[in-house]
Amino acid sequence: MDFDLSKSQKLLKHSARELLARECKPERVRRAMAAESAWDAALWQTIADQGWTALIVPEAHAGLALGVVELAAVAEETGRVCMPGPFLSTVLATAIVSRHGSAEQQARYLEPIAAGEMKATAAVLEKSATWDLDAIRCGAPLNRATFVISGEKHFVTDAEAADVIFCVARSGEGLVVLPVPKTAAGLTIRRTASMDETRKVCVVNFDNVSVEQRNAMYADATSLGRAIDIATVALCAEMVGGMQWVLETTVEYAKTRQQFGRAIGSFQAVQHQCADMVLLTESSRSATYYAAWALTHDDPAARAAVSIAKSYCSDAYREVANRGVQVHGGIGFTWEHDLQMYYKRAKASETLFGDATFHRERIASIVVDRDVQLPAPEPARMTEAQ
Amino acid sequence: MDLNLTPNEQKFRDEFRAWLSKNVPPKWTGGISPENRDEYNAWLRRWQRTLFEGGWAGISWPKQYGGRGATLMEQAIFQEELALADAPHLLGTIGLSLVGPTIIAIGNEEQKSRYLRKILSGEEIWCQGFSEPNAGSDIASLGAKAHRDGDIFIVNGQKIWTSFAQMADWCLLLVRTDSDAPKHKGITCLLADMRAEGVSVRPLRMMSGDSGFNEVFFSNVRVPVTQVLGTVNGGWSTAMAALMNERANLGTGVQVIFRRNLNALIARSHTVERNGRPASKDPVLRQKLAQAYIELEILRLNTNRALTSLSKTGVPGPEGSTQKLYWSEMNQRMQQIAQEVLGPYGQLAEFDDGLWQYGYLRSRGNTIEAGTSEIQRNIVAERVLGLPKSY
Repeated sequence: MDFDLSKSQKLLKHSARELLARECKPERVRRAMAAESAWDAALWQTIADQGWTALIVPEAHAGLALGVVELAAVAEETGRVCMPGPFLSTVLATAIVSRHGSAEQQARYLEPIAAGEMKATAAVLEKSATWDLDAIRCGAPLNRATFVISGEKHFVTDAEAADVIFCVARSGEGLVVLPVPKTAAGLTIRRTASMDETRKVCVVNFDNVSVEQRNAMYADATSLGRAIDIATVALCAEMVGGMQWVLETTVEYAKTRQQFGRAIGSFQAVQHQCADMVLLTESSRSATYYAAWALTHDDPAARAAVSIAKSYCSDAYREVANRGVQVHGGIGFTWEHDLQMYYKRAKASETLFGDATFHRERIASIVVDRDVQLPAPEPARMTEAQ
Repeated sequence: MDLNLTPNEQKFRDEFRAWLSKNVPPKWTGGISPENRDEYNAWLRRWQRTLFEGGWAGISWPKQYGGRGATLMEQAIFQEELALADAPHLLGTIGLSLVGPTIIAIGNEEQKSRYLRKILSGEEIWCQGFSEPNAGSDIASLGAKAHRDGDIFIVNGQKIWTSFAQMADWCLLLVRTDSDAPKHKGITCLLADMRAEGVSVRPLRMMSGDSGFNEVFFSNVRVPVTQVLGTVNGGWSTAMAALMNERANLGTGVQVIFRRNLNALIARSHTVERNGRPASKDPVLRQKLAQAYIELEILRLNTNRALTSLSKTGVPGPEGSTQKLYWSEMNQRMQQIAQEVLGPYGQLAEFDDGLWQYGYLRSRGNTIEAGTSEIQRNIVAERVLGLPKSY
């Protein structure tokens, strides 16, 4: 067993860090925050040139066909700089299409995505705001070889930036994924101003939007769930990268900021906040890379592993960002300090793809409800550390 | 990154699993009480002996001292398999996780040959004489003294919170050998015979009712200078090595117990009624059980990551403090969740033979023993993050 990134994975991560330190400085993030769309064309081209939009695209479609661990290694770095724009949304769409698309569909979408010529997102959530796919109500009845979507999708990330939106709808008994180009008749997108403006969220309305049957992809909740799991782990990795930035920035500040004639980092009240941040960050990292590995290898524990990671990271990132601001004091609460971006990213990431409560219930349904014979409780024992 | 076992690791696991299936003794059914403690400990010693004779003790220790000469990863697999097989826990924790690795790292040849094998066979149990009434977290200010008389140190003083002292044969003992030197520089680490004349042990009763720890008094106890582990007045670095071993190793060991407890709790949650339905169906308690599962899984993952790094660097570092911090606070949260799942039954001595009552009370000590959480956080802040010293 080797629970560490391999040489080539480390290299990928390291080059991502160097590139983003150059190309995705806070000024650029702030420009995206202020803009209508968080998509930055030049930055998008830069990351596409690096092959990041092709990371998990199959080789047959001009992709790199790498695993989720490599995806996580890159996402950790994009999260570290709070990279704005539709990278994660496009990862979600890529995961869906590569699992559910026909060869022809994969060629149509994944090749331009890999080349950086297409951005995409998926419309999953509805007014009920649950990531339980069984709760999807948006209907798309099939009428003479055409699916007609009518319904409203909420919290769709980067919908304005996307060239194509993959709408998950209900048709008959099952789920169907319908690609809707941004120019489609009957499609309206309304951006909803939210906390984290580095990743815009939108309400997308489908007013009898037609999609030809031959363009549809069929999915069941389990299999579609697996595609969402891949994006979820990428998000967790972003969160780990964000935590790492907050931790390092806070420790640096604690070493230099003087009060009472000494660095505040010499006070235990401050030290202990920082120590807890280490624990939360490292634990999140362990959980995230385990989930990434499990997904890559289709491990039977993958589903639980993803929920462990997302549940833990959701609580941990918020907590790390909280402590980071607290240690910084007044300056940490300003618009001027970059911490605000991470504080907000933490909050938005907390609910995306299901919050801690959602994923804990998913774990309970696996480990509490499991139908296996557990050993009966046994007598108490006198041990060193029970 | 490859979380699969290597072919060697797999072979190790399969062999040990097969061995366990034939050798794990039937469960201890005697419950706990001060009266049967000796009997219970003898039973645990026999288990250690069985492991040793089967070649399954000291997995990562050198072969020439009775170990198996395997890797740290195999050591971790060993712990995991013990848990899966529902095997009894290991009695001589102090010797196995703290004293042994420190003797391997620092001891001379004679000491290695003399002590290591008997730790593994369960023949000799160790305790750790560090804390004193006036030297708790600030161990370097300890006052137990040893003055040299030819080839002998004569030891006088008192130790406290000494786990296993009541049954220990040996003690890894810190004493002051130079009162004029700065406090960290006048300490020596001795391998002291607990059966020697002048050693007396007074059990302290823990909140949980049993007497796991003790006061130990040394009155003109003669310890030969050959019993110094490390160098005279160089005991502080020996102590640090011991503590880092303790923090690095204890985390893998306690997992066995935690995993078993959580499995038992989940099983119980189906039979205990809370709010008019099985606890396992209560949405709030389900959240808490899931949280306990998440935290325990993360302990396993953090441990495996730490082991990977330790396998590459070879020396346990201050990162072990994060492990200690994590498992001790985690166990307290888990025991509280158990109490919430079980309701008032959790407090009963007769319910599940007192498992939950004992576990809850015993866990209270976890964030104090082996370095308080406050000290661990100081270590992480100063030695992992490089923040300025606070004292």
